[in-house]
Amino acid sequence: MFDALVQYGDLLQKAIWETLLMVGITMGVAIVVGGPLGLVLYLTGRGGLMERRWFNEVLGYAVNALRSFPFIILLVILIPVTRFLVGTSIGPRAAAVGLSVAAIPFFARLVEQSLRDVPRGVVDAAISAGASYAQIVRLVLLPEAMPALVSSLTITAISFIAYSAVAGAIGAGGIGDLAIRYGYYRFETEVMIWCVIVMFVLVQLTQWLGSWAARAVDKR
Amino acid sequence: MTARADGAPAIDMRNVSKRFQTEAGPVDALRPTDLTIAPGEIVGLLGFSGAGKSTLLRLMNMLETPTTGVVQVAGADLTSLGESPLRRQRRKIGMIFQLFNLLSHETALGNVAFALRVAGVGRRERRERAREALKVVGLEDKVDAYPAQLSGGQRQRVAIARALVNEPDVLLCDEATSALDPHTSLSILRFLKRLNEEQGTTIVIVTHDIKVADYVCQRCAIMQDGAIREWIDMSDPRPASPLGQFFLETAKGWTDETVLPDGSA
Repeated sequence: MFDALVQYGDLLQKAIWETLLMVGITMGVAIVVGGPLGLVLYLTGRGGLMERRWFNEVLGYAVNALRSFPFIILLVILIPVTRFLVGTSIGPRAAAVGLSVAAIPFFARLVEQSLRDVPRGVVDAAISAGASYAQIVRLVLLPEAMPALVSSLTITAISFIAYSAVAGAIGAGGIGDLAIRYGYYRFETEVMIWCVIVMFVLVQLTQWLGSWAARAVDKR
Repeated sequence: MTARADGAPAIDMRNVSKRFQTEAGPVDALRPTDLTIAPGEIVGLLGFSGAGKSTLLRLMNMLETPTTGVVQVAGADLTSLGESPLRRQRRKIGMIFQLFNLLSHETALGNVAFALRVAGVGRRERRERAREALKVVGLEDKVDAYPAQLSGGQRQRVAIARALVNEPDVLLCDEATSALDPHTSLSILRFLKRLNEEQGTTIVIVTHDIKVADYVCQRCAIMQDGAIREWIDMSDPRPASPLGQFFLETAKGWTDETVLPDGSA
């Protein structure tokens, strides 16, 4: 068992970094693009501050359409886009394109739900105090939803650690890739076991960090 | 009936109505209503759930946009104001709620300062004024407490400080004591009464509790099915409608003989 660790330690270490790189890029894009998208879905939705029913419906369909793709199919469809953006369709940077596209609608829906859980009365109180929409978003909605937003971020991170392993099937690099190439194709069961252990540790660490952060921002 | 009938009214509503579009079709939450409240009055809006009293109150600061009519409050026609002037006008209209609606991530001080922050008051000044407002409601020792660390009555006092820190002409109270126990309710109501007497703040109180109306209000609108059925002068209450009579009976305490507003015993 530990012989394998000595023999493949370098590969495993490289795979861990590749996974962290993929998930890191994915989370960055999810926050920067998916976050505002979730906010727009909330604000334009039914009973929202800037209700635009028609626009919201169309946006909702687009988000759902993107979420309907089986992940591995999405990766294949995106290969031309990935080639254009990264210059290659293999490796962690290339896989991050597909992962990011999948993470945007995923995180957006979680953000929308987190914002919807802010009691409407708190928004009413802010409106009656004379707050503008921008002030309500910045001073009321986002900080009041922060514990839920942190939890959403944790869920997204853990889901996409797992997805990044799926991307290993099309040569993404990372732990999933290592598990498939060595553990599965070459029947090196010990490599497979180590890959699973590493994944478990990554998921667990993410969960701990997320739970700790959510508690730290929660004043309720 | 009015405290200062000479000046312009604090609140003047003409032909105001509200129709909500729901899945089941349109609902008339408020039928076309006229209403005038003089500066310095304390007025109650009394009725059962769904009578339209909260809708009427929420029209007074445009938390709801009226379907028809004109709403004038504190010297401006809210229905004709643009977004930004409306926000400024709202600072002259404080509001408190049944469930307090405080920001859970802000301290008592932060919650009160919020009303000044959105008005563009600088950090130092707003902290000072918020501290002062918390002192007025008797919470000078709870400045740094989060809402979760306060009792219901204390939370409502923070909300009152938030509503009053901009020194509004009008204070709207939406079931403000309904979630509080009787002695806390009474102390909040005493505070509102004193505020009215000392500062001349016009107060509108939505309640389903005749005791509240009986104790603080000079006159009361009895509401049912989205309309004001009658006005009752609380210094000499002589209700004509069965609903008004029921509410007044309730103030004295229920007996086996109390007649329900629909005529049943």
